[in-house]
Amino acid sequence: MNSSINSKTPRSSFSGFLRKIHRQRYLLLMSVPFLIWVLLFNYLPLLGWSIAFKDFRLKGPVIESFINSQWVGLKHFEDLFADLGTQGRFYYALRNTLGMSLMLMVFGFVMPIIFALMLNEIRAARFKRVTQTISYLPHFISWVVAAGMISAMLSTEGPINDILFSLGLIEKRIPFLANGKLFWGIMTGSEIWKELGWNAIIFLAAIAGVDPGLYESAGIDGASRMKQIWHITLPCIMPVITVILIMNVGWLISIGFEKQMLLGSDITRDYSEVLDVYAIKYGIGQSRYSFGTAIGIFKSLVSIILVLAANTFAKKAGETSII
Amino acid sequence: MIFLFGRKSKGDIIMDVVIYTVMILILLCTLFPFLNVLAVAFNESSDSIKGGVGILPREFTLDNFKELARFPDLLTGARISLLRTLIGTTASLLSTCILAYVLSRKDFMFQRFFTVIFLFTMYIDSGIIPHFMVIRTFGLNRNFMVYIIPGLISAYNLILVRSFIDQLPYSLQESAFLDGANDLVMFFKIVMPLCLPVIATVGLFYAVGQWNSWFDTHLYASTSKEITTLQYELMKVLQQSNAQSGGGIDQAARALQTKSVSPLSIRMAITVVTVMPIVAVYPFVQKYFVSGLTLGAVKS
Repeated sequence: MNSSINSKTPRSSFSGFLRKIHRQRYLLLMSVPFLIWVLLFNYLPLLGWSIAFKDFRLKGPVIESFINSQWVGLKHFEDLFADLGTQGRFYYALRNTLGMSLMLMVFGFVMPIIFALMLNEIRAARFKRVTQTISYLPHFISWVVAAGMISAMLSTEGPINDILFSLGLIEKRIPFLANGKLFWGIMTGSEIWKELGWNAIIFLAAIAGVDPGLYESAGIDGASRMKQIWHITLPCIMPVITVILIMNVGWLISIGFEKQMLLGSDITRDYSEVLDVYAIKYGIGQSRYSFGTAIGIFKSLVSIILVLAANTFAKKAGETSII
Repeated sequence: MIFLFGRKSKGDIIMDVVIYTVMILILLCTLFPFLNVLAVAFNESSDSIKGGVGILPREFTLDNFKELARFPDLLTGARISLLRTLIGTTASLLSTCILAYVLSRKDFMFQRFFTVIFLFTMYIDSGIIPHFMVIRTFGLNRNFMVYIIPGLISAYNLILVRSFIDQLPYSLQESAFLDGANDLVMFFKIVMPLCLPVIATVGLFYAVGQWNSWFDTHLYASTSKEITTLQYELMKVLQQSNAQSGGGIDQAARALQTKSVSPLSIRMAITVVTVMPIVAVYPFVQKYFVSGLTLGAVKS
């Protein structure tokens, strides 16, 4: 795009290369430390995947333990899938991860779009701004705080029980968080409560980019506001919707584990344990590091397959793709 | 239904009513938990137990907060949280900006290669255990630096800053070069001052991330009392209420029960302390992040 700052032509010879290094020494100085950092903290752990194929036991320093441990091939993966077949913990972890992800994908994806469309219809600028500002607020609090608030809201003496009780909708107060069957719904609701406004930002930005001339001419042709939303706004922001959808599919299996870990308990564990919690509990908690790593690898592979599949599907459907 | 009415205005009115109702409901749902926590934290503990506290305290008191003095871990936690927020945000912000500047320089010899390496980190997830092993190998567990170094640069923030630098007029840099400025001077004197809007955005993201983080403490420093964070201490206190049936986590659970102030009030008071810094700065910074964020997001 821009012509290079130093207009000397790069030479292919070695001395030319050295000269270039010398000329860009500050740029190198400013970036190579971070390159080392990224290799150590982001790429080195990938080598750690190999411990899934070993019987890794942590005795003393990590590297020494690594060298001393035996290669065992696919043993840990076999254990993992054996656990799946017998409806062991892995079966529940996988089911809960996929179940909660799917619920979140449907509701957590559609709600911000609807919220953005509605917000866009508000003409009172001040009300619109205040609504938007408040809607981001929960995004900035930690899951620890959010979990504290949610469990206070949902406790048997909490406001939600109060409201339901005084409206006469329930006869006995419900211990929401002690009922496993309600757990997926509570997680989905919590996530929407926390991220609705934040996730709508991207759609609001896309809506703001729609050519106003389209609305004007539609208005002249007598299209109602509903029709304008349906036939102008939605088609115009479709590329953004598709990209976000594809990205969400890729994250389908990595929904995060903080809220499940913080709000789940032994009573609800058949519904609250997700893959990451499973890996932490059995991998780190019980020092079965190789087994825990195998779970991580499984998760990454599924996630890559899902992204590629969603991307191919979107391409076929004639929409934008991200890869 | 709306379409059946030929006249537009009628449909408009119905739509407005629906939209405003929904919006007000969303606002109520969003704010209620915050206000309720605040109300309970400032309410007389013996009265809170009866339930039914709404968004205002019934019997105002500061006793719940005075009671927090009995938890020395909280003070340490607050200090460490503050330290990691200050140091971590500064380090991350500086690193991100420097790197983003280098990656924005199209004439830099490794520009493409480095960019790919950093951006790829958004898509790879090595999993918790390999990461845990790397942290241990470098002796970062039970070390304050575990809060700063492993999460130094987020690829997402890197893109935000880079796309901001990309849209600055390049002629500024060219003329400074002609005046004999080197790359370091260029970055600190010319580019960085122009980046203030995006620095505010990204700085906010890093600061919030640092302040809110609890899992790294849980994983790497849970046994080192001198470097646990406020969020982690709050997490321990909150978990006790969830674990009541399954036996408490540690003695703090029993300590919570003994005094005149109920665990519920203590929990809410700690929550208020934890969330206060965020709610306090939020109104002042929120106007920056939307502009900074949408710039990077829509551009691509």
